[in-house]
Amino acid sequence: MEIVLAIGIGVLTASGVWLILRPRTFQLIVGLSLMSYAVNLFIYATGRLQIDEAPVIEQGAAVPLADPLPQALALTAIVISFAMTALLLVVLLASRGLTGTDHVDGEEP
Amino acid sequence: MTDSRILLLVLALPFFGSLLSALLPRTARTAAGLVAGSVAVLATALLIPFYAPVARGEIVRLEIGWLPTLGLDLVFRVDGLAWLFAMMVLVIGALVVLYTRYYMAREDPVPRFFSYLLAFMGSMLGIVLSGNLVQLAFFWEMTSLFSFLLIGYWYGNRAARDGARMALIVTATGGLCLLVGVLLIGRIVGSYDLDVVLASGGTIRSSPLYLPALILVLLGAFTKSAQFPFHFWLPHAMAAPTPVSAYLHSATMVKAGIFLMIRLWPIFAGTDAWYFIVSFAGLATLLVGAWAAIFQHDLKGLLAYSTISHLGLITLLLGLSSPLAAVAAIFHTVNHATFKASLFMAAGIIDHESGTRDMRRLSGLARFMPFTATLAMVAAAAMAGVPLLNGFISKEMFLAEALDARGGPVIGFALPVLATLGAAFSVLYSLRFIHQTFFGPPPTDLPKVPHEPPGWMRRPIEILVIACLVVGIVPAATIGPVLQSAVRSVLGAQTPTYSLAIWHGFSAPLLLSMIALATGTLAYFRFRDALNRRAGPPVIARFKGGRMFERVLADIVRRARSLEGLFGTRRLQPQLRLLVCLACLAGLLPFLQLGYATGGLPVTPLDPAFAVIWIVGGICAVGAAQQAKYHRLASLVLMAGAGLVACISFVWLSAPDLALTQLLVETVTTVLLLLGLRWLPKRQPEVWPDDRPPARVVFRRSADLGIAIAAGLGAALLAYAMLTRPLPDTISRYFMEQAYPQGGGRNVVNVILVDFRAFDTLGEIAVLAIVALTIFSLLRRFRPASESIEPPVQQRMQDAADLHAGGRRVGDTKKDYLLVPRIIMEWLFPVIFVFAIYLLVRGHDLPGGGFAAGVAMSIAIMLQYMAGGTRVVESRLRIRPLRWIGAGLLLAVVTGVGALAFGYPFLTSWFRYLELPVIGKVPFGTALFFDLGVFLLVVGATALMLVAIAHQSIRTPRARTPARPDVPPVIREEGED
Repeated sequence: MEIVLAIGIGVLTASGVWLILRPRTFQLIVGLSLMSYAVNLFIYATGRLQIDEAPVIEQGAAVPLADPLPQALALTAIVISFAMTALLLVVLLASRGLTGTDHVDGEEP
Repeated sequence: MTDSRILLLVLALPFFGSLLSALLPRTARTAAGLVAGSVAVLATALLIPFYAPVARGEIVRLEIGWLPTLGLDLVFRVDGLAWLFAMMVLVIGALVVLYTRYYMAREDPVPRFFSYLLAFMGSMLGIVLSGNLVQLAFFWEMTSLFSFLLIGYWYGNRAARDGARMALIVTATGGLCLLVGVLLIGRIVGSYDLDVVLASGGTIRSSPLYLPALILVLLGAFTKSAQFPFHFWLPHAMAAPTPVSAYLHSATMVKAGIFLMIRLWPIFAGTDAWYFIVSFAGLATLLVGAWAAIFQHDLKGLLAYSTISHLGLITLLLGLSSPLAAVAAIFHTVNHATFKASLFMAAGIIDHESGTRDMRRLSGLARFMPFTATLAMVAAAAMAGVPLLNGFISKEMFLAEALDARGGPVIGFALPVLATLGAAFSVLYSLRFIHQTFFGPPPTDLPKVPHEPPGWMRRPIEILVIACLVVGIVPAATIGPVLQSAVRSVLGAQTPTYSLAIWHGFSAPLLLSMIALATGTLAYFRFRDALNRRAGPPVIARFKGGRMFERVLADIVRRARSLEGLFGTRRLQPQLRLLVCLACLAGLLPFLQLGYATGGLPVTPLDPAFAVIWIVGGICAVGAAQQAKYHRLASLVLMAGAGLVACISFVWLSAPDLALTQLLVETVTTVLLLLGLRWLPKRQPEVWPDDRPPARVVFRRSADLGIAIAAGLGAALLAYAMLTRPLPDTISRYFMEQAYPQGGGRNVVNVILVDFRAFDTLGEIAVLAIVALTIFSLLRRFRPASESIEPPVQQRMQDAADLHAGGRRVGDTKKDYLLVPRIIMEWLFPVIFVFAIYLLVRGHDLPGGGFAAGVAMSIAIMLQYMAGGTRVVESRLRIRPLRWIGAGLLLAVVTGVGALAFGYPFLTSWFRYLELPVIGKVPFGTALFFDLGVFLLVVGATALMLVAIAHQSIRTPRARTPARPDVPPVIREEGED
């Protein structure tokens, strides 16, 4: 499982990086979203991988559960990256309305 | 009354007065004057009792621990020298305040002036009372700052602005050098404490860092004290109101550099480097200043250059390195402060009452203002070094030191000659100041008829002139003990025996003094007409420091621009490219140093289905990247696919909360982006001239592809290395163990969010609220691009069809569109609502919680908008996102504050089981209220964002362009917004 997840994080990162280096604002949004998937998965993975060990305490059972801390962090990260995407979208729409172009520099090269 | 804590009060008083004065109304000149005057007088009164311990040779210290581990404590100390300087700052400050009250015009904002003046006074006191070198450097920079404000007080005047800027740049740069020098001293000694530093003179002088430290500290002192070649800022600072000049250029500002050199004299002086640098700078300043002063026509200009010259004299004395010379330096510092302050004030009166400061126009004023004339004459005589005045005694000491200077026959001969020459110049310009202004025929072309100023305006000068006379006649009985205590605090065991008498018998210094007096007088009467005809000082006029400064400044700015043009770019892509490359390198570096190895953690057995899911996920990600330019919708769908794969991974790998939140957030994000697509321009596939992109473009894309692959590879390798290493023991164990006993919840992730780390969550929801409000306000002023204003093509076609078909009204097609799914969506509202509440309530024990519930709820609202359209929904439901946000934030904060009422820290949760009728035993905790706050806020914020974007479609855009003829006509409902 580890190797698959690691490659998955890599592919998401690569696609995201490629997109944030592109000139159009929409590409930037998609790129940042893909990168935030990768980052969220990475933060989650710092607690290592476990199957069927959700950090929900059952009565009487004292089994080692998945690490809850990275999960709490990643949960926060998911919500914040949503807020960031939304804000970026609106800023880009406003910029497009003001400058008449969707190039990241606000002007066609 | 010598509690060391009073020192803090003395220092705080001016700053307090400054604030108070700043709050006064613009016209409250007398009130502001009273504040400033009483601050100065009170601080003086508080400081006077310290004379007793100081005279006994004690050092009164006050230490306040601040950052002891860094050697940074606030230390205030007063010894003989500090006491003398502090008294000078305060007493002359009080006199300047009195003078200012009468000097300033009615229309000047006087409270502001006093506010600056008091803050400056406080900073100056801070310098002299500091017992820590870093602290001293801090106050040093503060004096630069406030002198900038004082010099630029009449900011409407260009000369004042330029002068202020020049003074700030020169002295603040010097202050920066001083700071570095001080840090070097701290490095040599191992402490910034002044007393420790003063006790380690030998260590400092023998250190290899001595020379750099010396040069840096001297750069600070020379720039502040206007020593050659940094003297040019001082004459430009004359654009300030005269009280500022009287204060800054007599007792304070310029004396800060002198103070520093005296203060550090015991540890720096005595080496060849000190001797040559300081003596040369002092001598050059003395001669250049005096020479230039002779050729000034402006009274204040003359005084400015004479100040430079006298500062040079003091510096020269300090450079000579003999204890007696140091005594003379301290003495002359005090004398210069008294006569120069009174002369500046006299010049101000002349300017005030006659309307000009040009000596060529002034003449015979003695008959119009006899009192002022007498006072100015005595002060000028003190400046010239006439016997029976204070300036005479210190000048004689100076000449005696010049005769005794070591350094070989050339210097032994040249120094007395040059010193006498300087003294003669001083006589010349003093005489010119007095003779041209007050004697001769009555003036002919003055702007005003001159007359005596109000008595209170003259009083400060009278006090200072009396001081000059008394010190000049009976020095030993007046200034003697104070000077002695100051000298002893600096020189300690080296303190020489000296006598402060006016008559030492016929001696070589007296002879030189007489020669200077005679030469100066003769030269004035021989050359005075020639002087009036000249436009500037010969020889040195070509070296205009101010002009060179401006040129250097302009040059620096130009070079900075060209550097920026060379290395900087305003384009975002190269910047990002650089950032990503640097991040990759930073990630690579540890691996290059330590090598790459996987850890020993046994891997989880691979489930083929998981691999298949991720193959799909990878294809989705790459596809989204590839499609983002031309096919935005496809890209969006593919991106959501990748998100879904992430979500499945979370489920698979024991993170149900993450999966739930990811799924819901994914939905909202997709809808949001779909709403945004409407306002983006259409993009046609690019067409290149030869059917293939130019080499430049190909290269850029290949480079980006390389960077992207490198970044992805790096992330994958890093993730794999991490995943195969055992998990170190973290704080998680504590959370797991305490979640149920202390937090009362079985879902540890949720307990962390709403209990253990609730403060973080509070911050996070605040961010969410701010983002939502930002989006809302950004969209209120949204102007779509002109080509996006028209309704989409499909809608126009539908409307056109409606228009032309018989029996249909415009909008009917739209209304019936997707009717069945629409009904289902509308009916889903209560279902999702209940589901959201369920998620919220069970969150503490099972996957769910405020975030997930809030997003789910907003999806329910969003579905209603999609099904019924904006108007329909808002006529049926009360959509009040702003209130929900406010209520949520308030609830979360109130829950947290509630804990305070029971004596627990902010956001402590309380938990117990309640026995409810019928239902039975249920868990109940305050964390639920907090989560409810989170829920409300998330619903509000998400709804606000979605609704704000959705509303754009029904708004009437501000910029409207006529519809193009080739598409169906626009039929628009007028928006209400």
